[in-house]
Amino acid sequence: MRKVVRGFYSVAHSVKLCRPNVICAYPITPQTEIVENLAAMYANGELGDCEYITAESEFGAASMLVGASAAGARVFTATCSQGLILMSEVLFNAAGMRLPIVLVNTNRALSAPLSIWNDHQDSIAIRDAGIMQLYVENNQEAHDAIPQAYKVAENRKVLLPFMVCMDGYKLTHAYEPIDLLDQETVDSFLPPYEPAAYMTTKKPLAFGCYAPPHIYMEFRVAMQQAMERAKNVMLDVFKEWAEVSGRDWGGHIAVDFPDSKILVVAMGSVVGLLRKVVEELRNEGLSVGLVKIRTFRPFPVEELREALKDAEKVIVLDRSVSFGYEGPVSIELKSAIYGHSSAEIYSYAVGLGGRDMPKDFLEKLIRDVAEGRERPGFAFKGHQEFEEVIP
Amino acid sequence: MGSKEVVKILIEVRFHGRGGQGAVTAADILAVAGFKEGYYTLSFPMFGAEKRGTPVVSYLRISDEPIVARDEIYNPDYVVVLDPTVMETVNVIAGLKKGGMLISNYPKSSDDLKTKLKADELGIKVATINATKVAMEVLGRPITNTTMVGAFGGATRLVSLETLLDVVNEWFKGELAEKNAKLIEEAYRYMMEVCR
Repeated sequence: MRKVVRGFYSVAHSVKLCRPNVICAYPITPQTEIVENLAAMYANGELGDCEYITAESEFGAASMLVGASAAGARVFTATCSQGLILMSEVLFNAAGMRLPIVLVNTNRALSAPLSIWNDHQDSIAIRDAGIMQLYVENNQEAHDAIPQAYKVAENRKVLLPFMVCMDGYKLTHAYEPIDLLDQETVDSFLPPYEPAAYMTTKKPLAFGCYAPPHIYMEFRVAMQQAMERAKNVMLDVFKEWAEVSGRDWGGHIAVDFPDSKILVVAMGSVVGLLRKVVEELRNEGLSVGLVKIRTFRPFPVEELREALKDAEKVIVLDRSVSFGYEGPVSIELKSAIYGHSSAEIYSYAVGLGGRDMPKDFLEKLIRDVAEGRERPGFAFKGHQEFEEVIP
Repeated sequence: MGSKEVVKILIEVRFHGRGGQGAVTAADILAVAGFKEGYYTLSFPMFGAEKRGTPVVSYLRISDEPIVARDEIYNPDYVVVLDPTVMETVNVIAGLKKGGMLISNYPKSSDDLKTKLKADELGIKVATINATKVAMEVLGRPITNTTMVGAFGGATRLVSLETLLDVVNEWFKGELAEKNAKLIEEAYRYMMEVCR
């Protein structure tokens, strides 16, 4: 059924259909309405065999989910920004304990200065946790991502947390038409969770316990192998989803106009407008295409090598910065295509802390590269010129 | 209610109000109503530290094709102002397209505001309604969003009165639904006259 709903609801509705057993969260802008909607569903008795727990903090929320997931529950939480990094100690543990927790991160900038607006610094900051990360372009993709996230995370070849990253405000607060899934469709796609191992009082187990040097490393190797297996599991799940739902969001990346001389690489909600800009510039005769990165972890190394092998110029739009180097997507991309492409890389940090990226800004960015007014390398774009005062 | 205008590609609307008056809800109600009329719609707020009384902005796009642009609206076709005092500190008509229209809550006539803003020189249209007065009479509170939703409908005919009444009855419950429906109908019919 197609209905105009807010981004928050597109997530909450989908979570409900996945029949979670425990939802535990602490409210934070711009995530709040996701968990408010779920709390209302819980209060109205719509969530079936599910406990909804309001935690005293994100640290508490993540901790309770670790316990619940280790006890065999299908669990959900949502957070962002300061909330995500407060969870981070627990989330690194969740990955190491191989718990298929699904969470939604409503991407928001990190303090300081305090910002409630959108960029990708929060999810990027936990890049190395061992958590799968999928970035969505719009609220339909966010809606569709939830059942897929559970199916990938709970696959016994994977068993790692899965984080769906959706841009705060730009997506969360937007009302737009969404084809809402029904229970039958999700049930046909996502089987009940059958944990490989779980704690009970009858069969006590230990998760994440002490690993001295002679055994720790093997657990970490296993995590990497699971992440590598996740790549193929994802492709199978994405394909099955396209068949079940009729909506094909692509693989680890999605490419428009692959044979272009210039390729623009981006993640998240800016991709929709970028696609329009690219189409318009092509109509003027510019050879430009678009690469949307969907899965940041596992990183689409082979896919990017293939997509960028003949490109002359690659423009990477990063929504975060690794201070002292450059944009993290750009860092990863360069590493991935090293030795496989001779393209010049134009690495731009844009849209930090909610700085708007209007259509003419994106057009100019591409034109300046296409027409040789820019040099390869890293730069911030879209900020005001200012003189830094050094006291 | 009147003949519906054909949407050409994309209509962009910017709402100005003060926190607590429902500028965000106004855009959201019209997104739902526009969809019921068969359009693709997208509404979103320029979210600030939503304090009551501070100037707020929200946006609406209506199109006959799926909407991908999520950037802010710099050159709107319509500007809707929920509170006339916002105009004292915010240039609400900034970027308003030539031939575009300002639909404002305003205690005086359309001509008065037109002169004040030099609207003819700028090539923009102006239509006003005393929404605060109407809202105070019906709701007993200066919350003007539904009145201005009705005014937008009557001025643009992008959505029918019937559709707006359907949406407002889904959005609100009981007495609040009745009162807001009354506001929408009154403002819609009034603006149809003003913009005849």
